[in-house]
Amino acid sequence: MVMSAALEEVTMEAPLRLVEPVRIGAASAEKVSGSFALKDVSVAYGNETVIAGVNMLVPSRAVTALIGPSGCGKSTLLRCLNRMNDEIGNVRVGGAVTLDGLDIYQKSVDPVDLRMRVGQVFQRPNPFPMSIYDNVAFGPRTQGVRKREELDAIIEAALRDAALWDEVKNHLKKHAFELSGGQQQRLCIARALATKPEVLLMDEPASALDPISTQQIEDTIAELKDMVTIVIVTHNMQQAARISDQTAFMLRESMDQPAHLVEVGETKRLFTNPDDKRTESYITGRFG
Amino acid sequence: MTVTPTEKAGRLTGRTTRRRAAEAVIRTLIYTAGLLSIVILLAIAVFLFVEARKSIAEVGLGTMLSGTQWFPTGTPRIFGFLPLIIGSLMVTGVALVVFVPVGIGAAVFISEFSAGWFKEVMKSVIEFMAAVPSVVYGFLGVAVLIPWVKATFGLTSGMTALTGGLVLGVMSLPTVISISEDALHAVPDALRQGSLALGNTRWQTIYKVVVPSASSGIFAGVMLGLGRAIGETMAVLMLTGNAAVIPTNVFESVRTMTGTIAAEMGEVVFGGLHYSVLFSVGLVLFGITFTINLAADLVLERQRKRWRR
Repeated sequence: MVMSAALEEVTMEAPLRLVEPVRIGAASAEKVSGSFALKDVSVAYGNETVIAGVNMLVPSRAVTALIGPSGCGKSTLLRCLNRMNDEIGNVRVGGAVTLDGLDIYQKSVDPVDLRMRVGQVFQRPNPFPMSIYDNVAFGPRTQGVRKREELDAIIEAALRDAALWDEVKNHLKKHAFELSGGQQQRLCIARALATKPEVLLMDEPASALDPISTQQIEDTIAELKDMVTIVIVTHNMQQAARISDQTAFMLRESMDQPAHLVEVGETKRLFTNPDDKRTESYITGRFG
Repeated sequence: MTVTPTEKAGRLTGRTTRRRAAEAVIRTLIYTAGLLSIVILLAIAVFLFVEARKSIAEVGLGTMLSGTQWFPTGTPRIFGFLPLIIGSLMVTGVALVVFVPVGIGAAVFISEFSAGWFKEVMKSVIEFMAAVPSVVYGFLGVAVLIPWVKATFGLTSGMTALTGGLVLGVMSLPTVISISEDALHAVPDALRQGSLALGNTRWQTIYKVVVPSASSGIFAGVMLGLGRAIGETMAVLMLTGNAAVIPTNVFESVRTMTGTIAAEMGEVVFGGLHYSVLFSVGLVLFGITFTINLAADLVLERQRKRWRR
């Protein structure tokens, strides 16, 4: 079939720009899953192509950071991975995005199912107007979990993984809006984890938070990367350097041309010895 | 040009005084406008009560409220409000059954499923619906609905509580739709995105997140629709048949409180007992709508406190 041919091509050629292999998480003994391969990915809003020619691998059980100046399409690229761009009218995604070898844009893939495997945390905390418990139970309930004990267990596990359990275990019935901004964001992480995703997408998850809350989110990410693949968009280069294993630098060089991937590689190497002059200029603060 | 410190100070203080005076004038105007609405409301209540005093003294409020018969021109004259109150409630109930599902459904459709020019056209059409005079709705009911109800349910007359209620439901729709639509529109997009990203379908997102988040606004819309329905006069007068008998089901003719006041006010002796009794009917109507609004406000206030929004 046409689809499988396209897939093989991706797996064959995907490591194009990946200079050196990235450490795969400690959990390599068990079935490694949740890795993306992007092959010549482009995104167009109407007639305007905003991203073009992105080739990269997102390794399983590791943190991949997307960095670049404002408006370079980081968030748009992130939303390609769980097809949230579908929800904005008039957006076309070209090329191939595969999750563990499966083309997520083929017709038989329902974005609703995809999003249970690929969770997302947004820039601003967006808890639902309901209790802490109901927020975390939201995804599992959608998946059909009804039994109280089962839900309780999922919720405790998700809140523990999001490092929020100790703070809220006696207040699960409280309204989510009573939490602080940082707690709300960790609640949103717990909510995303409760559907047991393989990948967690984070769109500048700490940009609306104070330094202490940011620190807590970063600690949480470090804890989580043995469980899920994390792709994080961040404006903060120190943050990318601190928490990620692999970094991808995107740039839109002028408004006339689409954004593209300048360089992707192991974080340590990219920040100390970048291949590209533009990467070097950006990480040393010369623009952006 | 040099400016001496005194001149500077003079400019400053002069401006401050003028600004303060302007502020005070504006504040007074706003306070007056605010107080005026309270004064008008109180004046209506007092006026109703004064005119109704005679009937309360001669017939008694308890007798009127619990009376099951309405023979204002018979001998003896009997002023029992129950047929009218039950008539009003029945017609309003039918209207409620129409405008709650249709109104919320239409609001969800406009807010969540339509966009661009189509959405604007829909909103304009809804607004236009509100601008159509109630007597026109009455005409439509007489020409279309009365024969339809008669034929469909095999009745001897198509003038029933059902007929009036259906038209009232349609008439209340614009209120319910526009207020609910505003409430749905105000739900942050971040919540929709959050729900979709958790693997919910668009429909699940709407009924599990968006509608509950907008519930207080939707509730307010329903309450205002209810107020509109219970207070509507002309259409029900034309459509319900106006038989002042306690109805047992919606296929019977009913007479509403508003219809009674409108129909009989022209025929009563000014200042007479019947005249005063009609003001008592008005007082009851006022009490019911006031209670509905108050209850709605209390519910909204409680919800607002709980959500801290």
